[in-house]
Amino acid sequence: MAMLHTVNKSPFERTALQSCLGHALEGASVLLFEDGVYAAMQGTAVSAQVSEALGKVRFYVLGPDLRARGLREDRVIDGIQVVDYDGFVDLVTSHDNVQAWL
Amino acid sequence: MALEVNGKVIETDEEGYLANINDWTPEVADAMAKADGVELTDNHWEVINFLREYYDEYQIAPAVRVLTKAIGKKLGKEKGNSKYLYELFPYGPAKQACKYAGLPKPTGCV
Amino acid sequence: MSEIKKFMYVNRKAPYGTIYALESLEVVLIGAAFDQDVSLAFLDDGVYQLTKDQDTSGIGMKNFSPTYAALGDYDVTKIYVEKESLEERGLSLDDLQHLTYEDEDDDWAEKDSIRLVSREELARIMDEQDVLLSF
Repeated sequence: MAMLHTVNKSPFERTALQSCLGHALEGASVLLFEDGVYAAMQGTAVSAQVSEALGKVRFYVLGPDLRARGLREDRVIDGIQVVDYDGFVDLVTSHDNVQAWL
Repeated sequence: MALEVNGKVIETDEEGYLANINDWTPEVADAMAKADGVELTDNHWEVINFLREYYDEYQIAPAVRVLTKAIGKKLGKEKGNSKYLYELFPYGPAKQACKYAGLPKPTGCV
Repeated sequence: MSEIKKFMYVNRKAPYGTIYALESLEVVLIGAAFDQDVSLAFLDDGVYQLTKDQDTSGIGMKNFSPTYAALGDYDVTKIYVEKESLEERGLSLDDLQHLTYEDEDDDWAEKDSIRLVSREELARIMDEQDVLLSF
């Protein structure tokens, strides 16, 4: 059954995103929030890896954390869905389990 | 601690600074000054309004050195010096004026 | 007045996710009272501290990014931003706030505070410092 993975650390400072992508199975969802949102942006050192993973897992990014950091939604990688806190809750309740890559 | 202004109770910290910056009104400043035995004049208000504008733009209360320089630039040399500012605010221009302006205590101010 | 030393604050963390960025900024403002030769370096995730249009209303934290614009008033006028760190994050100088100071020795002319430097240049500038404060 589908798992929700959350990543709240910057992909340039920690290996949380790497571990997450290494363990996320086909059909799983990944929610990027707090400093994890930097992984959602186009043109970064990890964007190719995230784009590739989009073929296997669904990606979501928390809008309030993007806006806090001055990151524009139109520069989020295509295919990543921007959600708000209600969307975060919906993701948690609609998945069987949550793994937080802290 | 608390302050009563127009029948409304306004919360402050132990040094008299507003607990919530959004509680500020000019009447709050008058009430704080009155409690210190000070009657606010136009000269006081120039400084208080300057501090509020500075906070609005930069999200900090300026250090006294920065305040003095900026007041001098904006209101003229005769006002941009510590003698003038200390006469207006004898408890320390940054500290006392920030309090009346409803701002937090300036960073680095003891 | 004692001898002036070269102090550099080295900022490597993104804002909001941890407290480092805000702590560094507060120490810079307090330390500015001591009349030393102060510079700030932003590298690695630290470059994210300077992005423009930050809006924290949705996350219930104070937006401290406007305070960087006050650094010029505090005579902090040398802000080094590492080029490679920006590039690795898909950013350019246009994505950062435009920080300026008024040069007292040049009839208060407004000048840019941010200096874009390469990793190698920054390494050399760090090497010239008397004191490095790491955040």
